[in-house]
Amino acid sequence: MSARLRVGVTDMTNLLKNRETQLAAVILLMLVLIGFVNPDFIAPSNLLSVYTESSILIILALAQMLVVLTRCIDLSVAANVALTGMVVAMINSQYPDLALPAVIAAGILLGTLLGMINGLMVWKLGIPAIVVTLGTMSIYRGVVFLISNGEWVNAHEMSSSFINMPRTEIFGVQGFAIISVLIIAAVYIFTEKRPLGREMYAAGNSPTAAFYTGIDVGRTQFWAFTISGMLSGLCGYLWISRYAVAYVDVALGFELQVVAACVIGGVSIMGGIGTVLGCVLGALFLGVINNALPVIGISPFWQMAISGSVIVIAVIANSRAERKVGRIILRKATLARG
Amino acid sequence: MDGIMSQTTQAKATTGVSWMSRLKTWEAFLLLITAVVFVLNTQASPYFLDPWNLSDATFNFTEKAVVALPLALLIICREIDLSVASIIALCSVVMGLLAQAGFSIPVLVLGSLIAGTFCGLLNGVLVTRFDIPSIVVTIGTMSLFRGITYIILGDTALKNYPSGFEYFGQGYVYWVFSFEFVSFLVLAAVFYFLLHRTNFGRRTYAIGNNPTAAFYSGINVARHRLILFCLVGLFCGLASVMLTSRLGSTRPTIALGWELSIITMVVLGGVNILGGSGTISGVVIAVFLMGLVTFGLGLLNVPGIVMSIIIGLMLIAVIAMPILLRRFKQRRG
Amino acid sequence: MHQATPLLELRGISKTFPGVKALDNVQLSLYPGRVTALIGENGAGKSTLVKTMTGIYQADAGEILFDDGSVHLSSPEDARALGVTAIHQETVLFDELSVTENIFAGHYLKKPKSGALDWKRMHERARQILLDIEAPIDPKTRLKQLSIGQRHMVAIARALSFDARVVILDEPTAALSHHEIEELYEIVERLKAQGCAIMFISHKFDEIFRIADYFTVFRDGQYIGQGGIEEVTEEELVRMMVGRTVDQVFPKLEVEIGDVVLSVKNLSHPTEFDNISFDLRRGEILGFYGLVGAGRTELMQALFGVSKQITGEIALKGKSLEVSSPAEAISEGIVYVPEERQAQGTILELPIFQNIGLPQLSTINSNGVLSTKAEYEVADRYATRLRVKAPNWHEKVENLSGGNQQKVVIAKWLATKPEVIILDEPTKGIDIGSKAAVHEFMSELVQEGLAVIMVSSELPEVMGMSDRIVVMHEGLSVAELNRSEFSAEAIVSAATGGGH
Repeated sequence: MSARLRVGVTDMTNLLKNRETQLAAVILLMLVLIGFVNPDFIAPSNLLSVYTESSILIILALAQMLVVLTRCIDLSVAANVALTGMVVAMINSQYPDLALPAVIAAGILLGTLLGMINGLMVWKLGIPAIVVTLGTMSIYRGVVFLISNGEWVNAHEMSSSFINMPRTEIFGVQGFAIISVLIIAAVYIFTEKRPLGREMYAAGNSPTAAFYTGIDVGRTQFWAFTISGMLSGLCGYLWISRYAVAYVDVALGFELQVVAACVIGGVSIMGGIGTVLGCVLGALFLGVINNALPVIGISPFWQMAISGSVIVIAVIANSRAERKVGRIILRKATLARG
Repeated sequence: MDGIMSQTTQAKATTGVSWMSRLKTWEAFLLLITAVVFVLNTQASPYFLDPWNLSDATFNFTEKAVVALPLALLIICREIDLSVASIIALCSVVMGLLAQAGFSIPVLVLGSLIAGTFCGLLNGVLVTRFDIPSIVVTIGTMSLFRGITYIILGDTALKNYPSGFEYFGQGYVYWVFSFEFVSFLVLAAVFYFLLHRTNFGRRTYAIGNNPTAAFYSGINVARHRLILFCLVGLFCGLASVMLTSRLGSTRPTIALGWELSIITMVVLGGVNILGGSGTISGVVIAVFLMGLVTFGLGLLNVPGIVMSIIIGLMLIAVIAMPILLRRFKQRRG
Repeated sequence: MHQATPLLELRGISKTFPGVKALDNVQLSLYPGRVTALIGENGAGKSTLVKTMTGIYQADAGEILFDDGSVHLSSPEDARALGVTAIHQETVLFDELSVTENIFAGHYLKKPKSGALDWKRMHERARQILLDIEAPIDPKTRLKQLSIGQRHMVAIARALSFDARVVILDEPTAALSHHEIEELYEIVERLKAQGCAIMFISHKFDEIFRIADYFTVFRDGQYIGQGGIEEVTEEELVRMMVGRTVDQVFPKLEVEIGDVVLSVKNLSHPTEFDNISFDLRRGEILGFYGLVGAGRTELMQALFGVSKQITGEIALKGKSLEVSSPAEAISEGIVYVPEERQAQGTILELPIFQNIGLPQLSTINSNGVLSTKAEYEVADRYATRLRVKAPNWHEKVENLSGGNQQKVVIAKWLATKPEVIILDEPTKGIDIGSKAAVHEFMSELVQEGLAVIMVSSELPEVMGMSDRIVVMHEGLSVAELNRSEFSAEAIVSAATGGGH
């Protein structure tokens, strides 16, 4: 009997190790370098604060990951955040006695609806996601102007619980950070343990194979957009309370940071590839850079160029990793893999 | 069968039946909407039909339209460039610095065109050499290019442009026809010819429909894409000349958010965002449609941000309508 | 002769695509515990039928009866719910997902109360199934790390993971070695014992006679006949399949074989093939035979300049060549008609004349400006010569039948006046009439002094048309035979790795 070959588990975990560990290593390296220039930066309390600052980006990056996994893109996330944020701010300023959980729930509900609109157009009308979200991006942000008439909702118009809830500390950790950790856990469970989560990976990897195996690609895309909308709705509240102000240009251009975080984290724009850990690391990477620049004396004007270069480098790295392995036909080639 | 074929082939040689019918549907549809908007505009304001007002209105879209033309070819070829607005900004900074250094107008213009082409080249190399999807490459370069303008300018502006420079953006060729508008018309004709009447255009459609088969047919797909990215960059440089000349200054926020309008012009014009189909005539009509809508809304004193709601709705509605119509017909028939 | 009630029965099924009627009023019955062989040439409609039975396509007319009740299969989900499962000819699976996930995609095993995925149970079950079919693959491996043969085993494992009542095997042994084929026969026996109704598609008669109980024959999309396998002979089956005698199918002409035009020495690729050497002469048809996944297509693509990473020497007419792109290969005179007609051979959305003129755009329109008249003339000349059936050459290629699409591809390459033409599975999936035309055409070409390489997985075709045959197995060249030495046993044995 000719020897058939075992292909081990080690291959897969090796591959995993490469991307996420590389990124983690880079982040550690950055921290070390920054620590030389400014030791206060790498004090644990400051690192915790950097994490807290990155919380919103982490949540939105995870939301975007789900959408990108299904071979779509959601450019309307920032506008969603702005709109839901403005709505909850206005509700709070006009009805300060309304229980906070109810207000936040309203924001999340609105965000979910906005996401569903995107999802329905992609699923039922078959319009490419980039076109849909280019459109809704403008529409949602325009609506912020319509409902607020261009006026701001300032800190003094918001109730103190509204602004302070995410800042309350439990064991020294701010609400922002706790919420983002909970979301990370939830998304992780979703992508590993829920059928719908795995279907998103399958649909993005090969829509044809998904069809053959009875997975409805459009449906997974719809749910990805819905969840993305829901998390954007949550971040709407978080953003407004973080900065204690609501206006039309909230989170303007932030969708680029979100997509960048995904890309840096190894999520493939072609769909089907991406991990929660990678995404979180990608967001932290940007978070560290954004926080570190002022601290090491680089003017904030450098921020955009740096994130741009980082994205370019990250995608080059991505494409290397994603390069399709040639068909393995020669026996000696399979042996080499084992 | 063979004999008959050869007689009729000569006669049929110049008519391309299946292409034409498909073109006519989308463009006719767009023209209809444009006509409707035109009529609405005349009702909205007595100032609408004044030639000088109309001419002023063109400045709203000509610079973007100049970029939309090569971008249409790029999108037909299954690529995209989200960094166009950032390229315009960077080119503007290049011109500002050259002006500051005292160089003459031809040098400024050349500088902008070269800078733009170079940016396009960078995009193209990243896409073809490293095999990276253009959407992520250009999301990166979008930040990178504009980021460079921020590094150079900070929160200041460059204003020392030589006199005479304002002609590109503010000058007129004849009567109400501005340099910008005339340039756009000329370029539209050039791109029409390029896309529909040359080998280059044919290859663009071939690659856009099936890059693998095009490659297997001997087309140098990578080089073709590279050329298109450079072309887009070049015309961003030209648009930058016009815009900077019109504004008379360079700020890091110049052309901020323009990529959305430019892509909307292309997609509204019937170019499939997934590649493979679309025409220059459609894009030209879409440009005028968007121009009319913007102008009309401006006459009604609608703020810019609300205008973008209408543009967003229009984009989705125009794409969705044929799909809904087809569904409706299927259900009846 | 037949048992009482079929488990799955198709009556009067028709399915039309633009340009071709793939299925015309066909019938088929599958009985529990029995194997029915569906026999037919390429283009007979077998794959279309499989897709109709599994809910991928919906029939335009006719009815499907399952357990005597009429059913409507509007999606793959519906078919699976009934218990109809198939192993398709081309494995369609998820590269980035693990073997376990590929097996369970769409029908995951879940924990009863929470509905969460039960990976432990799925990995276990996957391991068990793979062990059952003697495929020692770790279920946690990502699919893209497996070889083609291993992927095929995963496809089989997936089919077995269902509680299937109807199992369809579409050319299951195309990529399998001798040992794996025996394994497959055992799996089939087991399924029969479980009461499954099995449909077995193959064009290898030894397999059919070994394993089938009943047969049904299709030809050109039509039902020709059915019966018990023990009541029929191979000649009768062939006559039903082909509609004429074997000699007529492969018109091999006497051609004078000239000088060596292409010489390949030690051509190698890191993972796809190794140390391939052969010579090709003018007027010669060189056949390449092997299992699916033997590396033939990869070798041909290397000759055409598609792959990088190639080492070795290629010489055309004595001159050493470095072919690094199809454009270069074409300019040197080597052209390639790909196996995947629709993905690589032709641009479906473009009209015929544009497809034909595409490789020579710069030659036809030398100043860069399109001249429809000039292109049309060129297209007309070659499309007419190949007898492409279309209202005119403005017709989009997607509206043509498979056979005519193939003719357009060949026409396109002929127009470039090549020295060497490589045909990769040229008659795959096309009707008998077009098939004969392609064969006739190949003979004409070599008469005119071209050299032809033909990759084929059909033994009769490759034995009928070739002057010499090179047999490949797992990326290596394992045999080279002259026409006088041709023997079916020797060729198949070499291709399946026998005598290793």
